[in-house]
Amino acid sequence: MRTRIIVSLLLGTALSLGAGSFAVAQDKTVKVGVLTDNSGLYSDLGGAGSTLAAQMAIEDSGMAAKGWKIDLISADHQNKPDIATAIARQWIDVEKVDIFMDVLNSGVALAVNNVVKEKNSIMINTGAATSDLTNAQCSPNTIHWVYDTYMLANSTGRALVKAGGDTWFFLTADYAFGAALERDTSAVVVKSGGKVIGSVKHPLNTADFSSFLLQAQASKAKIIGMANAGGDTTNTIKQAAEFGIVTGGQKLAGLLLFITDVHALGLKVAQGLNFTETFYWDMNDATRAFSTRFAERMRNKARPTMVQAGVYSGLIHYFKALEAMGGNPHDGAKVVAKMKEIPTDDPLFGKGSIRVDGRKIHPAYLFEVKKPEESKGPWDYYRLVGTTAADQAFRPLSESSCPLVKK
Amino acid sequence: MPAELRYNNEIERERSIDMQALYAQLLVGLINGSFYALLSLGLAVIFGMLNIINFAHGALYMMGAFCAYFLLNLAGIGYWWALIIAPIAVGIFGMILERTLLQWLSGLDHLYGLLLTFGIALIVQGLFQNYFGSSGLPYAIPDELKGGMNLGFMFLPIYRGWVVVFSLVVCLLTWYLIERTRLGAYLRAATENPTLVRAFGINVPRMITLTYGLGVGLAALAGVLSAPINQVRPLMGADLIIVVFAVVVIGGMGSIMGSIITGFALGVIEGLTKYFYPEASNTVVFVLMVLVLLVKPSGLTGRAT
Amino acid sequence: MTVTADDSIPLTPRTIRDEMIAFAIMTVLLMVVPLTGIYPFFVMQALCFALLACAFNLLIGYGGLLSFGHAMFLGTAGYISAHALKVWGVTPELGILIGTAGAAALAVITGLVAIRRQGIYFAMITLALSQLLYFIYLQTPFTHGEDGIQGIPQGYLFGVLNLAKPTVLYYVIVAGFLFGFLVIFRAVNSPFGEVLKSIRENEQRAISLGYKTDQYKLLAFILSGTLAGFAGALKVFVAQNASLTDVHWSMSGEIVLMTLVGGLGTIFGPVVGAFVIIAMQQYLAGFGQWVTVIQGVIFVVCVLTFRRGVIGEIAHYFRLSL
Repeated sequence: MRTRIIVSLLLGTALSLGAGSFAVAQDKTVKVGVLTDNSGLYSDLGGAGSTLAAQMAIEDSGMAAKGWKIDLISADHQNKPDIATAIARQWIDVEKVDIFMDVLNSGVALAVNNVVKEKNSIMINTGAATSDLTNAQCSPNTIHWVYDTYMLANSTGRALVKAGGDTWFFLTADYAFGAALERDTSAVVVKSGGKVIGSVKHPLNTADFSSFLLQAQASKAKIIGMANAGGDTTNTIKQAAEFGIVTGGQKLAGLLLFITDVHALGLKVAQGLNFTETFYWDMNDATRAFSTRFAERMRNKARPTMVQAGVYSGLIHYFKALEAMGGNPHDGAKVVAKMKEIPTDDPLFGKGSIRVDGRKIHPAYLFEVKKPEESKGPWDYYRLVGTTAADQAFRPLSESSCPLVKK
Repeated sequence: MPAELRYNNEIERERSIDMQALYAQLLVGLINGSFYALLSLGLAVIFGMLNIINFAHGALYMMGAFCAYFLLNLAGIGYWWALIIAPIAVGIFGMILERTLLQWLSGLDHLYGLLLTFGIALIVQGLFQNYFGSSGLPYAIPDELKGGMNLGFMFLPIYRGWVVVFSLVVCLLTWYLIERTRLGAYLRAATENPTLVRAFGINVPRMITLTYGLGVGLAALAGVLSAPINQVRPLMGADLIIVVFAVVVIGGMGSIMGSIITGFALGVIEGLTKYFYPEASNTVVFVLMVLVLLVKPSGLTGRAT
Repeated sequence: MTVTADDSIPLTPRTIRDEMIAFAIMTVLLMVVPLTGIYPFFVMQALCFALLACAFNLLIGYGGLLSFGHAMFLGTAGYISAHALKVWGVTPELGILIGTAGAAALAVITGLVAIRRQGIYFAMITLALSQLLYFIYLQTPFTHGEDGIQGIPQGYLFGVLNLAKPTVLYYVIVAGFLFGFLVIFRAVNSPFGEVLKSIRENEQRAISLGYKTDQYKLLAFILSGTLAGFAGALKVFVAQNASLTDVHWSMSGEIVLMTLVGGLGTIFGPVVGAFVIIAMQQYLAGFGQWVTVIQGVIFVVCVLTFRRGVIGEIAHYFRLSL
């Protein structure tokens, strides 16, 4: 009788202990959602490539072998905040998505940021430029991974002024992002000892920049800063070549350029351009290895942009955090806190860390576009000109208006 | 030199620099205007002759530019031949569209033609975007037209000068063809009174198809012309389409000369806006449209519907 | 401008009965949605667009006036409501009222300008006015440009209904939609509606009968614009943001598409059309690149073979009035 009681007690304890640990270790399910622009202006920056990067991250992480079940879904937000928030809500409520990746387009990113915070999910934003995501709109559920307007302005502006470009003229796209880029870069230029001698605002999606380029030419500024993106930037660069701006001695500074833009322009037109990125496929062996594998699976053999690389890198780190926690608690803020504890180390961005305001820190690279003779083949476009260290590239915490930062 | 004279000289020089900038903007505006005129020509032909509001115009313009790109990169055929081949190729595509889709709408309200061509535009742009991405493809200015000349008040790229001359010639030729030749007369008659014209033994459906092909070809021609200066992108026509519409509406839907004049005028007005209030340069065309439509409902020179 | 609408079926008690039955079915279906597994946010969004499409249809299906600028009403009401709710901190019912009033004011101003022209010129003027408004909204700081107004609070409607709860919000939106729908229904099936239809069929004759057609058209325009604004104000609670996409001309194009697919000139057509298009956007988002192409194909197919739209074809086949 006593033995039976003891045995049942022991069994009971063993079972309850076992059940307790089962409850934590059991939930090894993760659902990843890639919310990007598949059909519009930014589809080359993220799009199908971001989904592919996510797929590769899941495969490379080896999580499946450790007993994890990871699902991946993706959707096109069509650059509309309405559609993005509707998809975000549906993904969290119905599809049980744990983490949002990419989310290109600043307006969309801010809208999704609110939904993610409200529902305690996670967003690793690799595509949007607005530095507000880690400033006034920062949240314990969001990590801003690859770049932002402050870092771009800081890196490009400072480096160019130091190299002798001390007078600037801005060609700005007339919307919030363009204005923010111009404002941030002007501040850096002035702080570094340069002068802003003029600027002109052009409507978004302008086809012809002749008038604006003429004004820039007449200003005789040493640097013409292009505070615009996408088709506007490529058109500006193409037409600047026509008007002999660069041969006339002025330099063009791209404030937001991607390798896909350079590819679209061709080296003959794009040569000599200076701009900042945080990832380049040809930097080192690790990036090259990843990029070759990526290109094989991409439709036109394109190399990864920094946005797509960020998706891969971000997911690798997310999985690391989950492994460290032993299971998926399906609690966004908790996992993000864990991600901030662990320093980041991945083959694409190297060593870095995530700050308390959600900003990921890594070095910023200033590139110059090669001349056609210097390039050994397609996608061999950049030459590294300078590096800004991780702790200097981004907005310092002391200047942040993020409520998460304790002053 | 006495102080007052020196002072006056400096004011003169400053004012003349401002005038120089203004002249430069006006010339640039004229160049853009010629482009608008050429682009809206095809639309005016199609509406004037066929009463179809061709919303696919932007997509067809884009196809012309892509055609030029393919001719160069796949077949090694350069710009000059592309100016002839691309419009014909895209024009044939347009004629196929007309035969298979548009002809079922003859006699129906304008609205359906607009919606159908809008749908076609979505399909064409969507397909191109799927296969070519959004960033675009490079197309260089042909060697013969590279470089520029210093006009004193500005540096004029030779290619831009070529654009003005070429557009003007094509516009005038088209106007002459439609308004002054016998073929043009047949076309105009066939669309005004098809039954009567058919009674004369003229193949009316073929005339209509040819007219649509002509309009489409003109759009593609504008595309080839623009490929060296604008990035060849799938969405390059989508942004231009409503401006082109505005030009045709202001000029008078159905009047070729109206569209030509308005195109040039708009270019100049836009150029001035870019100098004084650049942010509004995309919108000034709509202000113009509202004003013109209120004062003269059928446009500057158009006939009333 | 003649548009195909099967008004050859005269307005008899039987047709009114058909419409009332369809209305009852629609109401019941909407009421039970939260009990099924369907995700309520999708239905709420579709309802806002359904009301918008119905308002647009009032103008074109019954008035014969194609407006290419209806997005301006959606966006104006959206922005004004959003600003009122977020910055001035008004209660939800006041926010909706202010937004709708804003759209109404806009409808009066633009209507006075646009009504003087017909046909394609009317469409072009509305497009131009909408673009002007887009530009104004882009420039003014209160809209925050392309970031839009984000994080709009939902609050308590009439002080008791907690709009943050999805089910409560759902029924509020349904109520709003049904109210707007009934207004349109009443307007169409009334002497005013009859005069409007006669203007659409033959304006000269209506004038010769002594009707001041411009006034009727203006009234229809104002009604249509106000209801479109009401839909926009409701949408602010669903999406919790107001952005530039709401005022862009491509949004106006989508409204046309919804009404076309559902059936121009039918009362229930725009509702069905809105649901179809919104469903397509949501559930095909996973197909990514093909959404634009598919939309284009639907346009083409609808115009060529399906001109009466879904409801229109059903109504024609069964000889109902819907």
